[in-house]
Amino acid sequence: MAALALALTACGGADAGEGDGDDTALSGTIQIDGSSTVAPLSEAAAELFQEEHSGVNVVVGTSGTGGGFKKFCAGETDISDASRPIKEEEAALCKQNGIAYEELTVANDGLAVVVNPENDWATCLTVEQLKKIWEPGSKVGSWKQVDPAFPDEPLKLFGPGTDSGTFDYFTGEVNGEEGASRTDYQPSEDDNVVVQGVQGSKGAMGYFGLSYVQENEGAVKAVEVDGGDGCVAPSAETVLDGTYTPLGRPLFIYISDKALARPEVKEFTTFYIENDESIAEQALYIPLSDEQQQESLDKVKSLSGTP
Amino acid sequence: MSTPVLGRAPSRERWNGRLFQAVLLACLGVGILVLAVLLYDVVTTGAGRFNLDLVRNMPSGRPLRAGIQSAMLGTIWVIVLVAAMTVPLGVATAVYLEEYADPARWWNRLIELNIQNLAAVPSVVYGILGLAVFNRALGFGGSVLAVALTLSLLVLPIIIISCREAIRAIPTSIKEGSLALGATRLQTVWRSILPNAIPGTATGAILALSRAIGEAAPVLLVAGGLVFITFNPEGVLSQTTVLPVQIFNYVSRPQEEFRVVAAAAILVLLLILLAMNSLAIFIRNRFHRPW
Repeated sequence: MAALALALTACGGADAGEGDGDDTALSGTIQIDGSSTVAPLSEAAAELFQEEHSGVNVVVGTSGTGGGFKKFCAGETDISDASRPIKEEEAALCKQNGIAYEELTVANDGLAVVVNPENDWATCLTVEQLKKIWEPGSKVGSWKQVDPAFPDEPLKLFGPGTDSGTFDYFTGEVNGEEGASRTDYQPSEDDNVVVQGVQGSKGAMGYFGLSYVQENEGAVKAVEVDGGDGCVAPSAETVLDGTYTPLGRPLFIYISDKALARPEVKEFTTFYIENDESIAEQALYIPLSDEQQQESLDKVKSLSGTP
Repeated sequence: MSTPVLGRAPSRERWNGRLFQAVLLACLGVGILVLAVLLYDVVTTGAGRFNLDLVRNMPSGRPLRAGIQSAMLGTIWVIVLVAAMTVPLGVATAVYLEEYADPARWWNRLIELNIQNLAAVPSVVYGILGLAVFNRALGFGGSVLAVALTLSLLVLPIIIISCREAIRAIPTSIKEGSLALGATRLQTVWRSILPNAIPGTATGAILALSRAIGEAAPVLLVAGGLVFITFNPEGVLSQTTVLPVQIFNYVSRPQEEFRVVAAAAILVLLLILLAMNSLAIFIRNRFHRPW
């Protein structure tokens, strides 16, 4: 096993020079698992990559960010999709199992708070108001309780299930603690169900990824969010320039150093970052900014990977 | 009918009989109506994408290029393997239980009880078992073999039960006649019982395999989540996905067009099922002998 890893390292080292673009027959299977938010990116990358390197099989699973890290730190996967940075206890598990890894930003995501299109009062909500609605034990049941200027329309809440990275992200940013949320809302792992729910009731409110808003324009209306510096509408521009806070976020992949020593994984990772724009577009995310892309690319280039 | 009906039944009784018949018809109607609505919905949604490109293309995140090739081949690999494993094993078990096992022994009764109960275990439980045993402990990963073994466990009890029913339906006179003519027990099983049990067993086996082909829940667990795979299986240890999982993958995507692709994939799955059921009917008619 060690000898094999060493041989592969040697290969990786030899290829690392100016190997891009040549037709060296790469082969092997790359195992990716993790966040269902990041999966469309990895799937797009896998698909495009395989068009050029048909010998490499890429498997993309969706066990969720946490589930993905569990497999990653057990050495079962090569790359882990993550919609948040790795947690301390997860990092500890990786360390315990001798899995060293690198973190790369692959795209940007925005969370959108959506309401029914007929809702003409809530155009901008502050993070405090969101917190008041969504915090654990919240008894807010009518829009009037959110702001006295709003009508007395019953508030119906929809959101992702507790396994979702979106749920972790929203609760962390809005309620101040990941996983802390009121529980009397309609949860669904399927964002389409949230769209349908919000579409079906005038006083409804929900949240999910920005891409779903663009896909469902007309069905739901995205609300501007005031994170302290005024109302900002969710869009690609505002997420990228960092003004859409706190609900804009970067998405990551984690690659184990052991896997990076394999030429096909290194090539795949480089491909992932270099073709980020088309990959992010296909997956309905916001591509990396030029600086982000350069930073990630520099990181990959500098990594030789150690077994 | 042992007692002949004398005269006409009182009109009240006749009326009750008609009412009962009407209720039965209505029950049948509910099932057929639901099926018709479902078929209509799937056909109208999926017709636009139901073409050769669907099976020529690999799964894709680009809705217009999305196909189902790897999932369809995965399904075929898995189902052939399941059939190869479960039918011989199921038939052998059924023959043992019907012809050899002594029902007075407690272990035979225990086996029987277990088989009856296993047939009623929810499929997702087999998924967890498959994940722990075939994927992890035996190290098959999310391969064709691991998926096929899990689905085999799932449908084996159904095959055993249907084969036993088929054996029991053979008149004892046939078996006793064979034994009376001096045939050994093995010869009797091989030449009298098995050929006569083919129609019933084939129907049961195909129905069981049809169930296996449509399962998504256990495959989701064994194959490692909602996997996205764009290569065809090359052997029993290749990682794979199956049609129900791919359909699930497509319907959970945001773009509307994927719902059309999913409906077209459902049509392909239905066609495979239809082909299997036709085969069952053919075998039943071909081997059916009236006694």
